[in-house]
Amino acid sequence: MNDTINGTEYVTFTTGGQLFGLPIERVQDVFKPANITRVPLAAREIAGVLNLRGRIVTAIRLNDRLDLESRAEEAATMAIGIECGAESFGLLVDAVGEVLRLPDGEREANPINLDRKLARVSAGVFRLDGQLLVVLDVDRVLDLGAEAVAA
Amino acid sequence: MDELLGDFLTETTESLDLVDSELVRFEQDPNNGQILGNIFRLVHTIKGTCGFLGLSRLEALTHAAESLMGKFRDGMPVTADAVTLILSTLDRIKAILGGLQTLQREPDGNDADLIEQLSRMARAEKVAPQLQPAPQQLSHDKPAPERAEAEPVKQAAGETSDKPAGEATEKLASHSIRVSVDTLDHLMTTVSELVLTRNQLLEIVRQHEDSDFKVPLQRLSNVTAELQEGVMKTRMQPIGNAWQKLPRVVRDLSADLGKDIELEMHGADTELDRQVLELVKDPLTHLVRNCADHGIESPAHRLAAGKRRAGTIRLSACHQGGHIIIEIADDGRGLDTARIKAKAIELGLAGEAELAAKTDGEICNFIFAPGFSTASQVTSVSGRGVGMDVVRSNIEQIGGTVDLKSAPGAGTTFTIKIPLTLAIVSALIVEAGGERFAIPQLSVLELVRAGGNGEHRIERIKDTPVLRLRNTLLPLLHLKEVLQLGAPDDDNGFVVVTQVGNQIFGAVVDGVFHTEEIVIKPMSSKLRHIPVFSGTTILGDGSVIMILDPNGVAQALGRAAQAAQAEAGEVKENEEVVKDDKVSLLVFRAGSQQPKAVPLSLVTRLEEIDCRRIEISDGRHLVQYRDQLMPLIRVDAEAGLKKEGSQPILVFSDHGRSMGLVVDEIVDIVEDRLDIEVASNRPGVLGYAVVKGATTEIIDVGHFLPQAFEDWFRRRDASARVARTVLLVDDSAFFRELLAPLIKAAGYHVVAVASAADALTALKSGTRFDLVVTDVEMPEMDGFALAEAMRSMPDAATTPIIALAAMVSAETIERGRAVGFHDFVAKFDRAGLIAAIKEQSADLHQAA
Repeated sequence: MNDTINGTEYVTFTTGGQLFGLPIERVQDVFKPANITRVPLAAREIAGVLNLRGRIVTAIRLNDRLDLESRAEEAATMAIGIECGAESFGLLVDAVGEVLRLPDGEREANPINLDRKLARVSAGVFRLDGQLLVVLDVDRVLDLGAEAVAA
Repeated sequence: MDELLGDFLTETTESLDLVDSELVRFEQDPNNGQILGNIFRLVHTIKGTCGFLGLSRLEALTHAAESLMGKFRDGMPVTADAVTLILSTLDRIKAILGGLQTLQREPDGNDADLIEQLSRMARAEKVAPQLQPAPQQLSHDKPAPERAEAEPVKQAAGETSDKPAGEATEKLASHSIRVSVDTLDHLMTTVSELVLTRNQLLEIVRQHEDSDFKVPLQRLSNVTAELQEGVMKTRMQPIGNAWQKLPRVVRDLSADLGKDIELEMHGADTELDRQVLELVKDPLTHLVRNCADHGIESPAHRLAAGKRRAGTIRLSACHQGGHIIIEIADDGRGLDTARIKAKAIELGLAGEAELAAKTDGEICNFIFAPGFSTASQVTSVSGRGVGMDVVRSNIEQIGGTVDLKSAPGAGTTFTIKIPLTLAIVSALIVEAGGERFAIPQLSVLELVRAGGNGEHRIERIKDTPVLRLRNTLLPLLHLKEVLQLGAPDDDNGFVVVTQVGNQIFGAVVDGVFHTEEIVIKPMSSKLRHIPVFSGTTILGDGSVIMILDPNGVAQALGRAAQAAQAEAGEVKENEEVVKDDKVSLLVFRAGSQQPKAVPLSLVTRLEEIDCRRIEISDGRHLVQYRDQLMPLIRVDAEAGLKKEGSQPILVFSDHGRSMGLVVDEIVDIVEDRLDIEVASNRPGVLGYAVVKGATTEIIDVGHFLPQAFEDWFRRRDASARVARTVLLVDDSAFFRELLAPLIKAAGYHVVAVASAADALTALKSGTRFDLVVTDVEMPEMDGFALAEAMRSMPDAATTPIIALAAMVSAETIERGRAVGFHDFVAKFDRAGLIAAIKEQSADLHQAA
């Protein structure tokens, strides 16, 4: 009972072979992106812009954003819709999994040797059965500018 | 309570703006009871509401003002002092209102000073009315605007029957409601979405021929269009709203500056989107201030120049297509191009050579550069050159353009062109590198099909693509290249002729689709740093495309242009472009069918002038060109001037003077090696070269310049610090003809002789020569022998010698050095020769 009260629901997904989770209240919807318009001169991780029910969504390839191994282009990609301020973003990931409720107490700090780029956007790690789930900090994932300056 | 306060603030601010403009008119026409009535009513209303809301500071102040106004209404004469006092009272009221808005309560402070003055004036009048000057004289005592009429105001004020106007406004009031701007903005966004959805539906139905949806959809479409128009209308406001403060601004300025300025306003009821209106307010105010401060002269200057004592600033607005044109004109002194040039050089914005090639209009545009202010005295009014660049960028931000025309002594006119609304614009959809983009129609001048078998062909000067368009050279850029979408293709494409400010360029795209009304969506914050895009939009088929920002695209051109100009500047310095590699030649026909050519770098401009403008004076043909008389010179006698239509000319400019070379037709611009294979004895022709497979006469511009102005070269000499004298020795008349003007043009005196013997005679004659330029191969006595002979002459032993050789081999150089040649130059290397002369005479200068 205590667990459910203190727990947080996460939308899980895998991309570049890694399992990630996003707090469900930050996820607007999950959709299959179509007709992405490329934007010339944009940052590498920006796949382009697309129209989602009249809203313009900026699609960001999470694999490129986190320097993860990219799957082949034709692989069925999914997008996780996120609102940030007045804008909409779509994180392109390899596959979306189930929604998990995980107790806050079990979330562990990042291992100190975690890849720096990943560590910057990670809000902690859950030890699940058989695999590790990295919780993403949405705002830091979307903060492309700071990354560029830091890099 | 909060809501009440908010309403009060909005209403009061509006009323105060009205009072401002009314008061200025009141001062000019103090006997107009109706204006007085209006002002009184407004102040009274503010006072009443203040009491209701418990705003004691405001109430006391307005009460005192109202008392004085009441006296005026009862017939007390209005003095300029009184108007000033009331204006400062209104300023105080505004300050309190400002505080009220931020603090939600009245700010602390004391208004006893103003209240005291107000009530003293109200009382004093009663006691000693005879002390006040008659109101009629007032406007002359003070350099205040005598008349500043706004059209809407005029209809209210000018009419004798006062009542109906007042009633009409009251009636109107009961038919209107106050809607918050947020509500309207939200409505606008929703309608924009509706328009998009409708477009998508139409697209779907178009693909299904027999659809039951067709008719209802058509209805939906019409209703949507009507709704869109209706919502747009609710957001429309007369531009007069943005002008309301201006009469007051001008009044205060004229008092501060001691000038007489009248403000005329036309077309104040022209409507535009309130968002645009808000954004254009500040630039407009700034421009008007600028006219008052820099444009209009002081009354003394005006009278001296034979103008009316009072200067006029004329504001007008009108609709033109989907745009609104606003003009701010003054009848002042106009812009001082000489000062602007000096300032531009000082700020390092352009070199002197560059400026000489610019038109007055282009020079005037420098005032929009950051940090530009030619006012020698900095006044509080226009500040320190932190204005015009902001004005321009503010206007360009809303997709508008600002342009200016100036006539010395007659005034300056600023023309602002802005879209009616920001939310929806007409755009041209183009394709580049497989992607579609939208270009705002506002900046598109025309479309030209390039390549294929068409009339227009993309050409390159070195690596720079250009297009010949009606005898102007249009700089091009490949959108594909700018967007890094692949290698450019010169052979196929469309050129979108685009204007940004005064700059016109062509953007080459792969395809052009259609124009579409697009709803501009703000750009993602992750893409905002890309200067070539200004926004995104959703097309009828549901896809998202990027909107190109012509300003940003032009920047890409600017980078190339700057580099190119820097290069051109250097080339000009050397007067010639004979490099080892290729030279751009302008090929034209004049007189005969044989093509003629001049190096493109010497040509300042290609012009077409109306034949009717050509005047004949003293047997010479002249044309008025940029406020100067420009002589027209014919390449040879056979080349006649056209009788009608337009006459193409090549303009050569140097040190502020221009000459027009009359040609029949401009044929081509080619890039080729310039090898003069056969020399010519004909004056004006350097020789013949094969250009693009055709034998072409290479024209010697140096021959024609003195024909235009006999003193063309002499003026140059006069400006040189110490003119040095060069002895030119060459047995060939052709080379003497060719080189003498060239050396003269570089600022030297030239004495040309035909043999080494003549040279020695000249050297012995007592004339001091600073430098000898000699041909190596000459009959009887060659260059080497001349040098040896000179070594034994006391006067000429140290004079530097530059040798001209048709063939320069290591052996001749070795031998030349032994006899004392200071430098060797190849015969056709004119640039090299000038450089060598400069170098040698500089050495001389240092030695002396």
